[in-house]
Amino acid sequence: MSELWYELEPFLQQGTLGLVNGAFYAILSLGLAVIFGMLNVVNFAHGAQFMLGAFVAWMLLNWAGIGYWGALVLAPLIVGLLGVVIERTMIARLYKLDHLYGLLLTFGLALIIEGTMRNAFGSSGLPYQVPEAFRIPPVDLGYMLMPAYRFWIVIVSLVVCFGTWYAIEKTKLGSYLRAAVERPQLVQAFGINVPLMMTATYGAGVALAAFAGVLAAPVYSVNPAMGANFIIIVFAVVVIGGMGSILGSIVTGYILGVIEGFTRVYYPEASATVVFVIMAIVLLVRPTGLFGRA
Amino acid sequence: MSITRRTLLTGTAAAGALPLVTPLRHARAQAANTIRIGVLNDQSGLYRDLSGPGSTQAVRLAVQESGITTRGVNVEVAEADHQNKPDVGSTIVRQWLDRDGFDVIVDVPTSSVALAVNTLCRERNKVLLVSGAATSDLTGSACSPNTIHWTYDTWMLARGTGGATVAAGGRTWFFITADYAFGHALERDVSNFVRAAGGEVLGGVRTPFPGTTDFSSFLVQAQRSRAQVIGLANAGGDTINSIKQAAEFGITRRGQKLAGLLVFISDVHALGLQTAQGLVLTATFYWDLNDNTREFTRRLGRMPNDVRPSMVHAGCYSAVLHYLKAVEAMGVQAAKASGAAVVERMKAMPTDDICFGKGTIRQDGRKIHPAYLFEVKSPQESRGPWDYYKLLQTIPADQAFRPLNEGGCPLVRT
Repeated sequence: MSELWYELEPFLQQGTLGLVNGAFYAILSLGLAVIFGMLNVVNFAHGAQFMLGAFVAWMLLNWAGIGYWGALVLAPLIVGLLGVVIERTMIARLYKLDHLYGLLLTFGLALIIEGTMRNAFGSSGLPYQVPEAFRIPPVDLGYMLMPAYRFWIVIVSLVVCFGTWYAIEKTKLGSYLRAAVERPQLVQAFGINVPLMMTATYGAGVALAAFAGVLAAPVYSVNPAMGANFIIIVFAVVVIGGMGSILGSIVTGYILGVIEGFTRVYYPEASATVVFVIMAIVLLVRPTGLFGRA
Repeated sequence: MSITRRTLLTGTAAAGALPLVTPLRHARAQAANTIRIGVLNDQSGLYRDLSGPGSTQAVRLAVQESGITTRGVNVEVAEADHQNKPDVGSTIVRQWLDRDGFDVIVDVPTSSVALAVNTLCRERNKVLLVSGAATSDLTGSACSPNTIHWTYDTWMLARGTGGATVAAGGRTWFFITADYAFGHALERDVSNFVRAAGGEVLGGVRTPFPGTTDFSSFLVQAQRSRAQVIGLANAGGDTINSIKQAAEFGITRRGQKLAGLLVFISDVHALGLQTAQGLVLTATFYWDLNDNTREFTRRLGRMPNDVRPSMVHAGCYSAVLHYLKAVEAMGVQAAKASGAAVVERMKAMPTDDICFGKGTIRQDGRKIHPAYLFEVKSPQESRGPWDYYKLLQTIPADQAFRPLNEGGCPLVRT
């Protein structure tokens, strides 16, 4: 093994691992951007909904015998439905008020959900095994051994992110959504049920968070704080990417995951803060974010 | 877009700051013959299950079993959440000691918080009974006439798990260390053992605490070091995530050995035996160790989230039981007047309880009892819920902790 290769190896390793974290950042910030872009609601309960996704996967396995693949479909549906209920009963009443109210409401919800889960399940977390299909020896990439399941995370997140972007930017439904953001009254006048669309959008955003939660269950400890650790970083990602920009949040998610990975080699103590340093710099140089429109 | 970025940033800042505001329950009644016990620990974060409300339950049991309340002494127990932050812990303790007239602070996991509270209790001449925190500095450079370090410490863990791993042939080490007082102390103490045994520390990485979820980057660095042993100088949720992800990356299959330097029973429960089996760990208490420990578990009753008591819970019980004996022996007035006098009295009396058996307290504040080296059972070996450990070795009390003259404690008269 040559000297240069030895120096290059950690870059490749951490870049690859960073992509996995970036995958979570991307799905979560995408959900946030969708909700924010369409509803103008800063959904602080997003981390708690991510955590609920993982817990519902655990419950499905242990209480109903439904494995990972079933959970990947069912958990987002269940948590998404919960989101619909929350939107209908609470958030919908706040659209006319200052946006701080929505933020406070969802933040309060997050604390309640996390506290409830902590009381019910403790803080250490619950075991959730990697699904049977991925219990194969790690894949040798030449520069590292990568567990098959982590590949799956990256691939599936790319598919989901692209799918969501396509649905919003390129389909007819997406065009209604975007129109409803700009001129809700006008769109309603054309006979489109805007409130229903808002509800569905919130439900879909929440379902995305829960989907990420199921993906995370086999690799991270399923515990009530797992979302809280992510959510602050994900908000930074959204700000860096440009508020409400779908593509911005996806691309920034992956990039920041990779940058964070590099930090873990060269200055690990700073790996928890590097995202915020970047956020500060981006805000100074481009106040609208990397992909935001002025 | 009508939400400004400022709104979002304000909210983000609020998210960080808001958990600081937690309700603090305290008693107001002023009475000269009332002993006030404050249980300070992590009630909401990654150390909640191994200390948290279970510690308060253990303290209440000790108060009840001491029988002191039937002899005319009032005892009040309060609890608070320090969130693993030294500033939050210090604020609560100042309030407890300066305003509410508390006499003793119990548990205090998270070494950085314990060190801060250690200073506060010494300045105000109150008592600190540490069960949850690990740093051996509490009986070393930071030792205090007002503090007793009860359950375990980083030197003991180094002697137990570290010593056993070196003895089993682990000569070269790489550390994954939680970046605060506890992780640093544990890494230091284990490194000393490794070097003394002729081994070598090849490197290490410090992980941000709290808030690290993904340990894969650090594990890959550890793998790259080609060290025979990866030492996990972390605890609670950090240990759980490290071990879970190490299994995922097949670290042990590649010949490297994982040494969980501080593993609690709640961690094993969270990992599941499938992942945790074969781990070697050191503890001073296991609920299923003998008839006495099983009796303690039975008396403690149902714990929050149905956990079994950890050594930290047992330590809180044992420490408060002994404290109340000393209070009774010297009288409540005298006990309230000087924390150092109570601690002096506790050191003069031999300890005896169903959790740790007979023991003593040393001049430097170190409680002495045996330690046990356990191995986590495989799913096939486990006979029922929480049947997790098998005993490998008992480390006698006189060898389990750092020799008195090696800690550098100024209280030790030579």
